[in-house]
Amino acid sequence: MRISKKVEQLAPSGIRAFFDLVLGMKDVISLGVGEPDFVTPWHIREKAIYSLEKGYTSYTSNKGMVELRKELDSFLEHRFGINYDWEEEMLITVGVSEGMDLAMRAILNPGDKVVIPQPAYVSYGPCVDLAGGKPIFLETTLQSKFKVTPKQIDEACQKEKNVKALLMGYPGNPTGASYTKTELNDIARVVLKHGLLVVSDEIYDELTYDFEHTPFASLKGMKNRTVYLNGFSKAYAMTGFRIGWACGPKDIIAAMTKIHQYTIMCVPITSQMAAIEALHSGAKSVAKMKEEYLRRRRFVVQSLNEIGLECHTPEGAFYVFPSIKKVKQSSLDFAKDLLEKKKVALVPGVAFGKFCDQYVRISYASSFENLKEAMARIGSYINKS
Amino acid sequence: MNDILKILADDARVTPAEIAKLTGKNLASVKKAISQYEKEGVIIKYKAVINQDLIKEASSFVRALIEVNITPQKDVGFDSVAERIYSFSEVKSCYLLSGAYDLLLVVEGENIQTVANFVASKLSSMENVRGTTTHFLLKKYKEDGEVLKKSGNHKQLNISY
Repeated sequence: MRISKKVEQLAPSGIRAFFDLVLGMKDVISLGVGEPDFVTPWHIREKAIYSLEKGYTSYTSNKGMVELRKELDSFLEHRFGINYDWEEEMLITVGVSEGMDLAMRAILNPGDKVVIPQPAYVSYGPCVDLAGGKPIFLETTLQSKFKVTPKQIDEACQKEKNVKALLMGYPGNPTGASYTKTELNDIARVVLKHGLLVVSDEIYDELTYDFEHTPFASLKGMKNRTVYLNGFSKAYAMTGFRIGWACGPKDIIAAMTKIHQYTIMCVPITSQMAAIEALHSGAKSVAKMKEEYLRRRRFVVQSLNEIGLECHTPEGAFYVFPSIKKVKQSSLDFAKDLLEKKKVALVPGVAFGKFCDQYVRISYASSFENLKEAMARIGSYINKS
Repeated sequence: MNDILKILADDARVTPAEIAKLTGKNLASVKKAISQYEKEGVIIKYKAVINQDLIKEASSFVRALIEVNITPQKDVGFDSVAERIYSFSEVKSCYLLSGAYDLLLVVEGENIQTVANFVASKLSSMENVRGTTTHFLLKKYKEDGEVLKKSGNHKQLNISY
């Protein structure tokens, strides 16, 4: 057996074939894109280009450029009133993806359990698996607006015993669900009760439309037990730059840095240069993109409900998770059929958990013209069949 | 600018029903607001933005930016002089500016000669016009927020988590 057992046992993407089908097609209107349709604002790209012209091409400090960490420190203070020591409590990572992986490897011993509300981003479970831990999935429903309840977490911790951590992503992918400060405080109480660590993926925080986003680490009693992960991909449309950050208690950040310095060494310097500019002057660009997403959210939610696909209004990100109960097909069959007959691509809910088979994920990170056309085509598909 | 105006300023063909969906307002109030704007002149007109340089037909034309110095008229200042100037159909745009000169005109004509004739015979000789400087426009890169060249279409992956 040439492949490690652990990797062999890792669940492959159940819809890999479908993805390959979509990627190979031309002239598809895609509602399946998990990244902004905007290009990184020019002033950020320009700084990156300029840094290359000036010859900034070497390694940086493992933890990330000092200038970037200082900028992040003042940004977090200004934006959320959170204070982190940029020397000991901060690490610049290759996207939240690396941050998540490092956090799991840093805190989990073999067999340690991590509670994960679902539907969740596809990497959460595998990251826990790869680190030798055991994911405990908690199913959320449309009734609860896909938000996990404190009761669910409490019961899971009582049943499972030795749950090490809670892994939460909010606003979430694929549901767009997010939590108010009150709801988060209720969850924090359960976290304290069971002495859990929290790994919080807040990459979509700037795209919260109905209320102010509250970082988990800002809640009372949570800062010294939360690994706060965030980045630049969604707010600043910098997905390809592969840059994010982790803030947390000194011991966990130090452990994550230890792994990071052996495996990655440092995040690309060009991306770090771009990130400094984003933090420094990117707020206006973010506001503009957010305004556009909000318009599209209204349009898509209303259109889907008119078509007959029950769709709740998600609080954040750029996804909706409507129910396809009306079509009486599995989510994968519906997605394949829609792709073949109408050339519209979306992601079947089953990709995010077997119990999500009667949902699909629709991304509204696409131009209004595309959304308009896609909604019309879905409407004609639904009403024909 | 409010939501409705922002949407129409970017794409005048978005229908009131679509605007209603995008803004979360109801259709009746969107229609009412739009007709109010049209009545008041807040919305002057709906036009297509055309890139003249890509039109292959024979009719050529030339554009010039003309700086005009004028002596303001007693009691009315620049306004009435400006009105006499912009009333000419050749004048496409007319702006009052601070600085070294007073008015900036955008003038269109069939060729350089036509524009030069306009300046000499109609503009310079006008009462209250002290002097003009004509700059011929060689190339438009960007106008009113629209980049005029076709951008290389970078394609995203069709699907991603």
